[in-house]
Amino acid sequence: MGTTASQLGKDLLSEYQVRTSNAHKRFTELLSKEDKALPNPRIPMQSILTLPELKSNPFRKRICHVFSTSDMKDGSLTFEDFLDLLSAFSDSATLEIKSHYAFRIFDFDDDGTLDVGDLEKLVNCLTGETDDTRLTPDEMRQLINNVSSILEESDIDKDGTVNLSEFQHVISRSPDFVR
Amino acid sequence: MARNVNFDPNHHYMEAGLESPMDEEGVHNSFHELIEEQTQNGGLSEALELQQLQRDFDEEGRDSVAFLSSPGRERWRGRQGQREDISEDDEDQLDPLIAERWSSATLRILSSMPSRTIGRSRGAIISQYYNRTMQLRRRRQSRPSIRDFSRSARPSIRGYGVETDGMEADNVEVSKRDHLVNNLQNLSVSDRVRMLRAMPLSVAEKSDLRRLALQKERRSFSHSQIPCCSRLKYYIIIAVRQSWYSWLSFLHSLQLWQVALKTVSGRFGTGVLSYFLFLKTLLFFNLFLFLVTGAFLVLPQAVHPPPPPPQGQVNFSGLELLTGGGCFSHSVMYHGYYSNFTLHKSCTDDDRLHNLSASNGTGAGCASKHLSYNMPLAYFFTIGMAFFITCIILVYSMSKSFGQSFRIDKSHSILAMKVFCSWDFKVIKKTSVKLMSDNICTQIKELLAEVNHKHDKKTVSQRLWRLVVHSLAWSICIGSTIACVVAIYYFSDYMHEDLRSRASSPTKYTLLSEARLLALPVVVSLINLLLPGLFNAAAWMEEYDSPSVRTYVAISRNLMLKVSVLGILSYHWLGRVAVEPQNLGLQCWENFVGQELYRFLLMDFIFTGLDTLFGEFLWRLFSEKVLRRSRRPVFDIARNVLELIYGQTLAWLGVLFTPLLPAIQILKLLLLFYIKKGSLMMNCQAPRKPYRASQMTTIFITLLCFPSFLGASVAVTYTMWSITPSSSCGPFRGLKTMFQAGKSWVAQLGKDNPNLSLLAWVHSYLVENPLFLFLAAGIFLIVIYFHTQVVDGQRKIITLLQEQIQNEGEDKKFLITRLQSIHEQKRTSNRRLTSQDTAC
Repeated sequence: MGTTASQLGKDLLSEYQVRTSNAHKRFTELLSKEDKALPNPRIPMQSILTLPELKSNPFRKRICHVFSTSDMKDGSLTFEDFLDLLSAFSDSATLEIKSHYAFRIFDFDDDGTLDVGDLEKLVNCLTGETDDTRLTPDEMRQLINNVSSILEESDIDKDGTVNLSEFQHVISRSPDFVR
Repeated sequence: MARNVNFDPNHHYMEAGLESPMDEEGVHNSFHELIEEQTQNGGLSEALELQQLQRDFDEEGRDSVAFLSSPGRERWRGRQGQREDISEDDEDQLDPLIAERWSSATLRILSSMPSRTIGRSRGAIISQYYNRTMQLRRRRQSRPSIRDFSRSARPSIRGYGVETDGMEADNVEVSKRDHLVNNLQNLSVSDRVRMLRAMPLSVAEKSDLRRLALQKERRSFSHSQIPCCSRLKYYIIIAVRQSWYSWLSFLHSLQLWQVALKTVSGRFGTGVLSYFLFLKTLLFFNLFLFLVTGAFLVLPQAVHPPPPPPQGQVNFSGLELLTGGGCFSHSVMYHGYYSNFTLHKSCTDDDRLHNLSASNGTGAGCASKHLSYNMPLAYFFTIGMAFFITCIILVYSMSKSFGQSFRIDKSHSILAMKVFCSWDFKVIKKTSVKLMSDNICTQIKELLAEVNHKHDKKTVSQRLWRLVVHSLAWSICIGSTIACVVAIYYFSDYMHEDLRSRASSPTKYTLLSEARLLALPVVVSLINLLLPGLFNAAAWMEEYDSPSVRTYVAISRNLMLKVSVLGILSYHWLGRVAVEPQNLGLQCWENFVGQELYRFLLMDFIFTGLDTLFGEFLWRLFSEKVLRRSRRPVFDIARNVLELIYGQTLAWLGVLFTPLLPAIQILKLLLLFYIKKGSLMMNCQAPRKPYRASQMTTIFITLLCFPSFLGASVAVTYTMWSITPSSSCGPFRGLKTMFQAGKSWVAQLGKDNPNLSLLAWVHSYLVENPLFLFLAAGIFLIVIYFHTQVVDGQRKIITLLQEQIQNEGEDKKFLITRLQSIHEQKRTSNRRLTSQDTAC
């Protein structure tokens, strides 16, 4: 993928171009000196994680992995990946796009569905790192597996996992899906 | 623990030489294809499996003892040796599909299922969107014209849709992409833009698709022989679209307070943000009102000022800003300033004096008639139109917001929604993130407790106690509201009498007499400030089933207070002051009411500002120094929004009497924004209670529309319809009601121009005849009933579809278990062969 910001089509909205140039500025700030000379520089995950939006986010590592297109699966981002990341989190992304990327972020084992392990990790990320805020294993089991629980509510075909369509179904019913 | 059940598809794929589903460029449209593929590659995989046989054998052996820990799996422990038993399959189906006993091949198939790859592979997304654009085209019934077909496509006999050749096996994805581009090109521009925006592909992909779609368009245009005027039309359309987009982007960059709103949401979340967004909405409403009244009323009158009043000019003293009286009374700010005749341009002074005593209609003696401006008519219609357009905008935004938060199917997926939807990615600050995590943890625990204890029956005595506490709290609230309303009634009566007595005995105009007018607004603002605190205290002792019920109860109590206060004030103005203005010695009761509203608005602003600045600041100091707690005051969103709504109702009530009131409201909102934001940043913390932002926004817009705007428009309509305007000031002087301005104009129009008599007839029958209104209301009710029936039908369909999906899930489990058992049989036979081989 060799296209840069300047080669993207001329009939795009100029708002899009403004956003792209802002993103380019921020991207180049994160590059180290020798990488700036490369034609298609790639920022390692550690540098991305210093961005203010991602620094305190418990899902930061997942976000980097989802948007990364590197072959080594190390979470590094090129400029296009960075642009994808910013546009997916911007206000102008549609609900479809956000729910799609949210699903991929929550899918910790990258198998295309949210199974029990994914849901456990998700809830642990949500409730924080400290011990006093974590749920007990009992509560976790209740939350995920019980008669009236997440899986029961959202798994429509009863296969034990929540796939993308079921996830989007839950999201579409909740108007509070915050970005 | 689950080490042997290797969910990592990469591992097996690297071994088998196939790609992992994440890198998959292929498109799997049906299970059938998958199985075909697997059986085609069967030879290869079998050969490899013979090599991996030992490892697989070990895995299988260990599979039977390795289980993911969960209580539902207990049954499995006793059934190790019965894998090949077919009757087992029936019971297998009852268990979910994450049984650990699947072999690696089954796992491979499972992870490349279409429902699991749709989220990850680009090919699957393109295929999905191809289907969607196809459906959209069919719905829009856009028949593709012949010249747009690519060579490989065959037009169908029916003429709808594009039937394509059978997919070439090796170039499946490329041709799918071409078809997608073809479909995109054939959609209308707005559809295409919407589709492209919604596609979860990377930015580079989307720009490629966009470019290809437009390229084909350009190419097809240049190929055919278009007549030149149509090409010109094409260029004009392109140019218009470009300029429209650049205008939109300019508007977007001008967005008011973007940075400030981002900081607020970053620290406090979407709940508090919704308050500031609501403030911004109100600002735009007022801006619209101001532009309309300014352009049609203020400007023409300012250009043609009426003669000064006989009392002479009053000097400006600072009190005018507070009371709105004094030298402001005879200015373009108030109703009484406006002329009641037709204004003419290029009239000399003599003619204007001449026109003073003329009634409305054509002014005599002026040379040019074409730039005449009928002021009473303009006043009437401007106010009417402004209210009508505001009503339409409000109803539209209310229905849009309602549509977003209302869902047809009644199932409550509260837990799933809480877990999936409650993370606010906009929050950046570390302490806020920690706070959000704490909140979510508390909320999840509360929800779990609620869900599990829903079935707990409370004892009779507990329920009775709760009932007693609730009724006590409600009686306190209602009692205090009634007490305050009665107090306002008697106080306003007292002020009325006071004014009357001072009017009958002539006293000098002093500052003090003007300042006495401020007493009523101060009392009302104090009540508005203190009573919600009392309501909060009463609610503190109650317990509710859920926090949202608590919020709703708080909102309804506050609303009840504000509605009754506004009601009693409207009665005071329209029922007392307007009816007998001579008793108060008022030349112009509209001016008086306008000034009252100005004073109320201003006092409300001053008290809110003081409460915010000092109240929150002092409370924070108090709780930090004295109570030694780090708990800062919480920003009470519901209460602040209700105060905004109250202020806006006052503004709407006052537009008729004070055309410049929207300008004052705009200033007030601007200042309020900065005051609230400053105080928020310094003194407050994010609300701990869960806040469902969009449902609250719907409620606030509804409250703005229903009690607030409806009440204001009812009051204004009543004023226009029934109350006699004052005889010596204002554009409606001398008329029986303000409405007559419009009526007599239409009658005049009918008289002057017989062609337009139809309009007069229509007007007299439609607007004045109540039968028409009953008919219209009846039709609306029928339409609403019809729509509720449709919604009911859709609910039933949703239940049916859910059952169907469940059945499909059963089918899927059945097929997977069958596949597994077949695979097992093949493997056991292979194993037997190998063991026989090694044995020999």
